[in-house]
Amino acid sequence: MTENKHKLLEVKGLTMDFGGLRAVDSVSLAVHEGEIAALIGPNGAGKTTFFNCVTGIYTPTSGDILLHPKGLETRRLNGLKPNKVTEMGLARTFQNIRLFSSMTVLENVMIGRHCRTRSGIFRSIIRNRGVREEEQEIVETSYRLLEKVGLEKFVNEFARNLPYGAQRRLEIARALATDPFLLLLDEPAAGMNPYETSELDQLICRISEEEQIAILLIEHDMKLVMKISNPIYVMEYGKKIAQGSPLDIRDNPKVIEAYLGEEVDA
Amino acid sequence: MLQDFKQSLVVSLWFVFLTFPLLVVRVNTIENVVVWRWSNILWVAIGSFVLSYFWRFLLLRRNRRQKQAEEGIASYGPLQAALDNILLRNRAMAVLLVLALIFPLIFDTYQTNIMVTALIFVVLGLGLNIGVGLAGLLDLGYVAFFGVGAYSYAILNYYFDLGFWIVLPIGGILGCLFGIVLGFPILRLRGDYLAIVTLGFGMIFKVMMENWETLSLGPSGIANIDRPGFFGVQMSLAQSTTYIYYIMIALVVLTIIVTNRLKNSRVGRAWIALREDEIACVAMGIDMARTKLSAYALGAFWAGIVGVIFAAKTTFINPASFTFMESAIILSIVVLGGMGSILGVILGAFILVLLPEYLRAFSEYRMLVFGAAMVLMMIFRPQGLISNLRQIYQYKGTKDKTAHD
Repeated sequence: MTENKHKLLEVKGLTMDFGGLRAVDSVSLAVHEGEIAALIGPNGAGKTTFFNCVTGIYTPTSGDILLHPKGLETRRLNGLKPNKVTEMGLARTFQNIRLFSSMTVLENVMIGRHCRTRSGIFRSIIRNRGVREEEQEIVETSYRLLEKVGLEKFVNEFARNLPYGAQRRLEIARALATDPFLLLLDEPAAGMNPYETSELDQLICRISEEEQIAILLIEHDMKLVMKISNPIYVMEYGKKIAQGSPLDIRDNPKVIEAYLGEEVDA
Repeated sequence: MLQDFKQSLVVSLWFVFLTFPLLVVRVNTIENVVVWRWSNILWVAIGSFVLSYFWRFLLLRRNRRQKQAEEGIASYGPLQAALDNILLRNRAMAVLLVLALIFPLIFDTYQTNIMVTALIFVVLGLGLNIGVGLAGLLDLGYVAFFGVGAYSYAILNYYFDLGFWIVLPIGGILGCLFGIVLGFPILRLRGDYLAIVTLGFGMIFKVMMENWETLSLGPSGIANIDRPGFFGVQMSLAQSTTYIYYIMIALVVLTIIVTNRLKNSRVGRAWIALREDEIACVAMGIDMARTKLSAYALGAFWAGIVGVIFAAKTTFINPASFTFMESAIILSIVVLGGMGSILGVILGAFILVLLPEYLRAFSEYRMLVFGAAMVLMMIFRPQGLISNLRQIYQYKGTKDKTAHD
């Protein structure tokens, strides 16, 4: 089914050791154009470590992380700094919200535009026409993104004063501001109530359709995962134990075992 | 209310008890009598009661304000509100500038000299503000960059007879280079560790200047440094002080413009983001190394430039001018004034430099007052005298656009 689609992210045999602990053990996965892929698994399975390896926060012990941007040559991401990874078009959000809390909502999104704009120190001091236009472009783009995620009424509010669900959406808007073609969401629905979650899944689908951005998400909310994502990858104890469509995953005995524990025949 | 009253009463009784042996009983060893000074009890009781009650009142007020702030009610003081009014602000700035320009015409050389010192600390504060206030890089050795500037002028003037105006940019660039050199090893450090390394750097600079006699003439310092020249015109001491004063005014204005523009630019936003959350910052595509180094280098640049002016003003420098105490004062200026706030830093510099100067009458209690003021400040206004003014962005939403179409 995915054979004819362009492969954007390809991870081959990714392994990450912390001392003697193997947090991620030769995991392979791929995200194709237009997909909303999900990475699920019990707590401590190594999902966030996997994310951190892909986005450059950790340097993986072994394995390959390959990015195939459309129309550009393939790049290997291993050991690249996080800002370089973001520059290549791979943006992320965090499991524990990491907003710039004493900046305003708009400024938070404006930070996302940093790697797509160029004014340096000297040009900022002179503040010539080019810089002013670029600055205005940053503001307009950021405001449009806030409208897209429905936060325009909070535009001049401090990020720390936002309700929890809005903070999650602001993180997504900030990630979108970096012009990614692949968005990594680390538990975007954590701590949300059912209403907020349903709003969120609409937002994710909209981003995927309107912006042509592929999405890879980590999530514990099975309802959300089963509803919007395909394919699903399942991890346990650092290893990938299953992959496939929501239907396959639901009936996969290994997955059921990982989540519910082994049945004991008595 | 009654609770506070009771507690203050307890406090005052406790103070009476504690000070009883010191303030009431006096043994006269010559006449072998004990003098009981009962009236002192009354004064101690009243004094401690009033102070304690006032203290409670202030704490209560602060807590109420904090609560309001949490609930989102902006607790703007009248000063902050006035500052947000752009027209008022521009007028106030114009008046201040005129006052600054005619200052040496009104006051004598002594006052002008003090003012030059204050202005030097304004620039130092604004420079450190880039690192500490905006980028959140705590620097306890900032005075070393100031020293680099001062010594670069002193040494170049002493050995090569170079003039003030040639060395002024050189001093800035040297400061900048030292900032980058120090910046590299501390890229990975944060918080306490960063503070210790920068503290060490400040110490190293001072010790080096004390011991590298062949270069810096050691603890005796370098004397007879040339004052700034003005197309070869000979100037008296008073004229030369006025001249330096105007140079400082120009430098302060330049610093304010540059730091203000940087603060509200792409670079400045990156600094603030770095202060807020380093990991999120790099994940959003900001080059951490470059951002940190630029903050350090720019801060050091101002210190270097103003160091050159300092050397030219005093015409004599030695390592004792660049101790940890100076670093601490510059840091206090930034913290007292308000981290990241340009106006706050300027105000802080004037308070911390001019107050001790005019409090010379109480010179023995100067540091005591200074310390007490800092403690009170941290309890009641931890954000500084003037908090950061927010930049206002103009944007037209897409909704307006479609409405016009």
